Amino acid sequence: MSRYELRFSGSGGQGLITAGIIMAKAASIYEGKQAVQSQSYGPEARGGSSKSEVIISDGPIDYPKATMVDALLAMTQEACDKYTHDLKEGGILLVDSDLVTKLPTTGNYRIISFPIINTAKTDVGREIVANIVALGAMVALTGQVSRENAEKAVLSSVPEAFIELNRKAFSIGYERALAASA
Amino acid sequence: MAFDYDKWIRPGKLPHIWCPGCGHGIVMKGLIRAMETLKLKKEETAVVSGIGCASRLPGYIDCCTLHTAHGRAAAFATGVKMAKPEMNVILVGGDGDGTAIGGNHFIHACRRNIDMTYIIMNNYIYGMTGGQFSPCTPTGHKASTTPYGNPDPGFDIAKLAIGAGATFVARGTAFHANQIDKLIVEAIQHKGFSVVEILDDCPTTYGRRNKYKSVIEMMNRLKEVAVPVKAAEKMTAEQLQGKVLTGVLYKEESKPEYTAEYAKVIERAKAAK
Amino acid sequence: MSKKVAFLQGNEAAAHGALYAGCDFFGGYPITPSTEVAEVMSIELPKIGGKFIQMEDEIGAMAAILGASLAGAKVLTSTSGPGLSLKQELIGYGCIAEIPCVIYNVMRGGPSTGMPTGPSQSDVMCAKWGTHGDHPAICLTPASVQETYEEVIRAFNLSEKYRTPVMVMPDEIVAHMRERIVFPEQGEIEVVPRKSPTVPPEQYKPYDTSFGDVPPLASFGSGYKFHVTGLNKMQDGFPTTKADIVQAEEERQVRKVDANVDDIVTFEEYLLEDADVVVVAYGSTSRSARYAVNIAREQGVKAGMFRIKTFWPFPDKQIKALASKVKGIVIPEMNLGMCSLELERCAQGKVPVLGIFRVDGEPINPDQILEKIKEVK
Repeated sequence: MSRYELRFSGSGGQGLITAGIIMAKAASIYEGKQAVQSQSYGPEARGGSSKSEVIISDGPIDYPKATMVDALLAMTQEACDKYTHDLKEGGILLVDSDLVTKLPTTGNYRIISFPIINTAKTDVGREIVANIVALGAMVALTGQVSRENAEKAVLSSVPEAFIELNRKAFSIGYERALAASA
Repeated sequence: MAFDYDKWIRPGKLPHIWCPGCGHGIVMKGLIRAMETLKLKKEETAVVSGIGCASRLPGYIDCCTLHTAHGRAAAFATGVKMAKPEMNVILVGGDGDGTAIGGNHFIHACRRNIDMTYIIMNNYIYGMTGGQFSPCTPTGHKASTTPYGNPDPGFDIAKLAIGAGATFVARGTAFHANQIDKLIVEAIQHKGFSVVEILDDCPTTYGRRNKYKSVIEMMNRLKEVAVPVKAAEKMTAEQLQGKVLTGVLYKEESKPEYTAEYAKVIERAKAAK
Repeated sequence: MSKKVAFLQGNEAAAHGALYAGCDFFGGYPITPSTEVAEVMSIELPKIGGKFIQMEDEIGAMAAILGASLAGAKVLTSTSGPGLSLKQELIGYGCIAEIPCVIYNVMRGGPSTGMPTGPSQSDVMCAKWGTHGDHPAICLTPASVQETYEEVIRAFNLSEKYRTPVMVMPDEIVAHMRERIVFPEQGEIEVVPRKSPTVPPEQYKPYDTSFGDVPPLASFGSGYKFHVTGLNKMQDGFPTTKADIVQAEEERQVRKVDANVDDIVTFEEYLLEDADVVVVAYGSTSRSARYAVNIAREQGVKAGMFRIKTFWPFPDKQIKALASKVKGIVIPEMNLGMCSLELERCAQGKVPVLGIFRVDGEPINPDQILEKIKEVK
């Protein structure tokens, strides 16, 4: 079965649930695959730990939560510590290099790191789109949806006034991930 | 010619359940006179109540009637009024039903200023359950659950309604029967949430525990304590000690009515579509 | 023309399903994890001239929808465990006064405030036993976003057809997960209208059994005038304590559902034909179960799944038949054993009923179910 599992983790308010939703939307609405997005969250609207999981498959998806994660995004040290345990051997681990300084010492992962939030702040111009930078990176690294379809999903999910900002964020994230993993 | 109450009484539903000497029947007749004065259409009028002696009133009136659960009249009625804003919605009930278990719905109906009229028969007691004290039982008085005198301070229903945002608040008494229909007429005509408190008596469970020798004595008390608002203006604080103001206590025309406001929400939503 | 698709949460789909079914009144009170339903309804209802009201509390919300339903609206409320507890008295009111309404309850951890953001399946018994007294109970437990949409429509239909409150109870996972949904065209799914009276107003009785066990219901403000009470009542709606009438009326109310179980009960049978082990599951747990059954099959274990779509009335007949066919029943559920009691009742000791019970806010994963399947000898 072609089941592919992604997890977007970090703290509440970083927009990771949104990033997960857009990834799943790209797969199920634009890529013609099937996708399920789910999340777990605490009582905090800001801060606290947050995780969003996306399962992508060519066929029907039964269990909607992750079993063995293929690709993990960790936007905080806490998330990296907490959510690496079920990352597959050889799985992708994308972290924000400013915030995640202690990388897992066990496990054989394909680790990619770059300053995601700082990239949003300095290269894109707005920290608020760090989640879309991260999404662009995850799209590039996982190859589960095409760049075009992912971009369509991004643009259909944001308010009109922010389309250009998000297009730029997505594109920069995509390119930075390719460069960082090259 | 005598007033024809039968026109508004459901055939075969009398006698009512109220005790001899209870004032609820006086209030019901006042309501009927008011409905007749306003020429309300029976099919376009809903009378809604909660639970208790006073809440049995809708069963006797020939229109759309809804006898709900304890304390919930205002919330059920809000649903009726929102679904059919063109209907006349009148709530009836007692002091315990309306201000204790139903207190939250009561104050929020006041706050919304939804166009309904709430007639609260305040007899200071839970009559149907056998005379337990209510939020309106005066301090020190006896009820079946205040055998040593009531330690609780009581609510002033009218002040509560005004504070919560009702835009028409009036008070009458079961003794002043001829005033009841006039207050109710004005309340129903008012566009917004209107409250009419009627000071009432319960000889069976309140009177006998509090040394009232007869119904007449209870009625006389209502007569004695009531002071019309106009008359009160000329009285000193000392003279007003122990008195209760009657008549229209509060009226405000400028606050928007809820169903009219929601009609604007619909317009805005349709325009934004 | 291709159909409209969207990527939605279960809760959002529920709201859209209600609109498809003709819902024109929503009364609610904010509670996690159900608030998305209220939010969507607050946007969509006024666009079609419908009414949305946020009430002062859960009880008020339930009261408002019952009042609105009597005034002719098709009504919905949404809530979660603590709110369901508060609504229970009035759910009973809806049952005895026979007022159509749909209660959408997202199951979260409990009792009391419990785990507001964690999934659970521990409200299923409240759907049947939550309000006091004997009464009919219908409760649907969808397992996907698409199914939540469709089951909310079915809930409205059942509610109108049988003139009784109907509950839809997704667990928090189904309510909050997002999937692709394909919207049906107008007319593609049947929408059952309210059975209105055919007699003139002066002859109308709101509980007139000469029209069968489900008497027609008039609306306030439609030219009919009648009385509604929460007391035991006669056919004309007025209270009575006459023993024979009370007995007959209560039996009729329950019979509306009991005599129509085959019309109401829905389920899915998956790989059951040759199964030795049946996993009985509902809601999101059934998704783990299907996954586990597939793996068991790959490993040579003849496992199958019976998926409960209608939790109440319970699929007694089907479970009884299964119990004389299989070697064991596995029941995974996010509570400490609720459905399992019903299964034991139906199995009558013929086969073991093995439970997997979790209340820790984590979903039951396929491995746990697979392990239990293998315990059946």
